[in-house]
Amino acid sequence: MTEALAVEDLVAGYSAAPVLDGVSIAVAPGTITAVLGANGAGKTTLLRTISGLGRPRAGQVLLDGAAITARSPEDIARAGIAHVPEGQGVITELTIEENLRVGLLLRERGQRAAALAGTYERFPVLGDRRRRLAATLSGGERQILVIARALLTAPRVLLLDEPSLGLAPKIVAQVMDLVRQLRDDAGLTVLLVEQNARIALAIADQGLVLNLGQVVARADAATLAADEGLRRHYLGF
Amino acid sequence: MQEFLEFTLGGISTGMIYAAIALSLVLIWRGTRVLNYAQGGMAMFTTYIALIVINRTGSYWLGFVVALAAGLLLGALLERSVVRPTLRRPPLNAVIVTIGLLIFLEGLAGIIYGGQYRSFPPAYSITGLKAGSVALGISRDGLFTAGAVLAAAALLAVLFRYTPAGLRMRATAFSPDVARLLGVRIGRVLTLGWALAGLLGALAGLLVTPTTFLYPNSMDAIFVLGFTAAVIGGLDSPVGAVVGGLLLGVALSYVGGYLGSDLVEVAGLAALVAVLMLRPSGLFSATSARRV
Repeated sequence: MTEALAVEDLVAGYSAAPVLDGVSIAVAPGTITAVLGANGAGKTTLLRTISGLGRPRAGQVLLDGAAITARSPEDIARAGIAHVPEGQGVITELTIEENLRVGLLLRERGQRAAALAGTYERFPVLGDRRRRLAATLSGGERQILVIARALLTAPRVLLLDEPSLGLAPKIVAQVMDLVRQLRDDAGLTVLLVEQNARIALAIADQGLVLNLGQVVARADAATLAADEGLRRHYLGF
Repeated sequence: MQEFLEFTLGGISTGMIYAAIALSLVLIWRGTRVLNYAQGGMAMFTTYIALIVINRTGSYWLGFVVALAAGLLLGALLERSVVRPTLRRPPLNAVIVTIGLLIFLEGLAGIIYGGQYRSFPPAYSITGLKAGSVALGISRDGLFTAGAVLAAAALLAVLFRYTPAGLRMRATAFSPDVARLLGVRIGRVLTLGWALAGLLGALAGLLVTPTTFLYPNSMDAIFVLGFTAAVIGGLDSPVGAVVGGLLLGVALSYVGGYLGSDLVEVAGLAALVAVLMLRPSGLFSATSARRV
């Protein structure tokens, strides 16, 4: 079976100190892959290079077997990859509904109203305040908004960068539950970057550990979570 | 009291011209973070085009429409050809390129049309209107000027607020990377912004030139005052551009009326310096919170 998303020997950053140093990843359709590692391991750069915000020096990115390497971010989004960047990317000057509508611009006109209504039904917290500025939302609500907005582009692959950052534990659990549902109900393929390895591995199918731009471990999620040495060296729990 | 009314209404109609220039600068600044020093030169050039069409056909309105269309095209063309390559480079590159464009356009106009002052017709009578025996300080043409710029600003507001193209422009202005990640082709958005700015500049040129004559440098002083209006309002606020234009127009009209017309340009520059020193982000800047 073709991988939904494949990264082959990706290299990024300056040659003297590459941020990504030959990273390869294969993500099967309908699965969650957790990318773990400390600050500076290259996790964010990996997502930025996949989504076109950063340019690779070498290597390939394949979506459903087709190369999308180094295309523009807008083309990659149109091909079916939705990247929710770290620090959330809520457009605070726009209302909640306007934020969602930016995600809908990719869709055919006839589908937009129904998709928006579906989003409000699923996330009442957004529907209730659709006319308010997005700046008025709390951190957890903003995370819901950016994920909902990414889903409105009808992606085949979702890239999530540190969705737990700065959120209270209870909210983190809700966000992770949502990601799990997206896989279970909609068959979405997810690449989940997290510093919080414990919560990421709890919902992931497989995981890999990045260190200084290289993959130092990869296995199914349960195996990684049980590996004492890895936990102590790289994952910190 | 009558003088006050006269100066106020006169200030509003010139203020709307500053507002049009300010709006065009804001449109470009929001999209590309480039200050377009060639805006006045572009407006001068499209006004020459209007004059040629008017002289050939005898129709003011045909010249008017052709000039607006030329502004639209010129804006799009310049963004695609010479501005786009500077956007990934240090900001100073874009500054130099737009100043170069200004010099180029003024030189080209001098070569094609010569340097002499030409008169340019107003849309309507420039004789001051009176209410009974009271002079109002504004002419039919002044009313048209204010109405035309207000209509353009209102259309822009509708475009921004209620259309997908406007949503793309706002998303791109506030968060270009987020917009791209959601599939917005920001290159096209930037071209549209420059095209609309070119149109607004052309409108300002058509409206102001009856009072200044047309020559290759005829828009220079108006550009400086339009820029001042944009800075007063905050360079990324369309509402601020209009309010800034009105404030500046009325204030300069009082200066000219009560203190002497020699002082108008000095006062305009003094206002620019004062705003930059006291409140450099302007009165209405939408992104001041973001920079904290």
